Amino acid sequence: MLGIGSKFLKENSALSISSTFHKWGSPRWFYQFSARLMPWLAGLSLLLLVGGAVWGLAFVPPDYKQGNSFRIIYIHVPASAVAMGAYMTMAIAGAIHLIWRMKLAAMVMKAIAPIGASLTFLALLTGAVWGKPTWGTWWVWDARITSVLILFFLYLGIIALHQAFENRDAAAKACAVLAIVGAVNIPIIYWSVEWWYSLHQPASISFTGQSTIHPTMLRPLMATLSGMYLFFGWLLLLFVRVEILDRERNTRWVQDLICGESR
Amino acid sequence: MYFESISDLLRMSGHGPYVWFCYGVSALVLSILVGVARSRRKQAEQQIRAIVRRKKASTSSTSQH
Repeated sequence: MLGIGSKFLKENSALSISSTFHKWGSPRWFYQFSARLMPWLAGLSLLLLVGGAVWGLAFVPPDYKQGNSFRIIYIHVPASAVAMGAYMTMAIAGAIHLIWRMKLAAMVMKAIAPIGASLTFLALLTGAVWGKPTWGTWWVWDARITSVLILFFLYLGIIALHQAFENRDAAAKACAVLAIVGAVNIPIIYWSVEWWYSLHQPASISFTGQSTIHPTMLRPLMATLSGMYLFFGWLLLLFVRVEILDRERNTRWVQDLICGESR
Repeated sequence: MYFESISDLLRMSGHGPYVWFCYGVSALVLSILVGVARSRRKQAEQQIRAIVRRKKASTSSTSQH
């Protein structure tokens, strides 16, 4: 009896996993589901980003060593963290596309590249501008900054690779491989400030131990950091939805959606 | 507010230009991304409308013959 029950359970859960996977892989389902999610993402991310920025710019006291230049942290850290998180998402999407040939994963991968490149550009630029009054230089070729520059080139490489192929599937496969191989750079960026001597300060936020940043400075950072993650999510959906419309343009549901049901 | 006045907030005792530049460029880049997504969407919608128009035209021309 028990044997039959557990067998049934196993088959049932296998069925539900595969049907969930199927549902998530369906562009049409994803398009409709994301429409419900987007207003929440947009509203919450704007609230957190603008609120956190105003808080960090005008209300938090200056750093006792760096003075007011430290306020750049509220945009520099979110841009850098989400640029890295976006890359990992892109590499995972690439792996899912390679293993299960999920089309939606290829669309996610393609959509992340321009967003990630822009965020990495912002991380480098705000870092340079922060470096000038704090370190006395715009740029040093140290491990942290150089590895983030490599991240920027990886994103550009994926954008270029997408455009280099006529065939969409070949492009997706090549990009997936590059994204996965390039993922080795992410832990290098993360630990670079500890592995090598660097001008860059080590991480101020710790999830396992005591953060070295004062709580009054940390709270607005948490706001802009989570705001940036949500904003990334919203932007990603925006780009993926365009990609879905573009690829499914010959299907009935897309044509009905754009031109209205009555035709 | 931490600062005494708005001009104090803008100056940030000399660091103002650095800080405000960072926030300005970030706002600009993020809005450009949104703009790019919006214009791509418009493009995709136009292409889909063109496909539907062609399809309609070909079905009506075949029914005339």
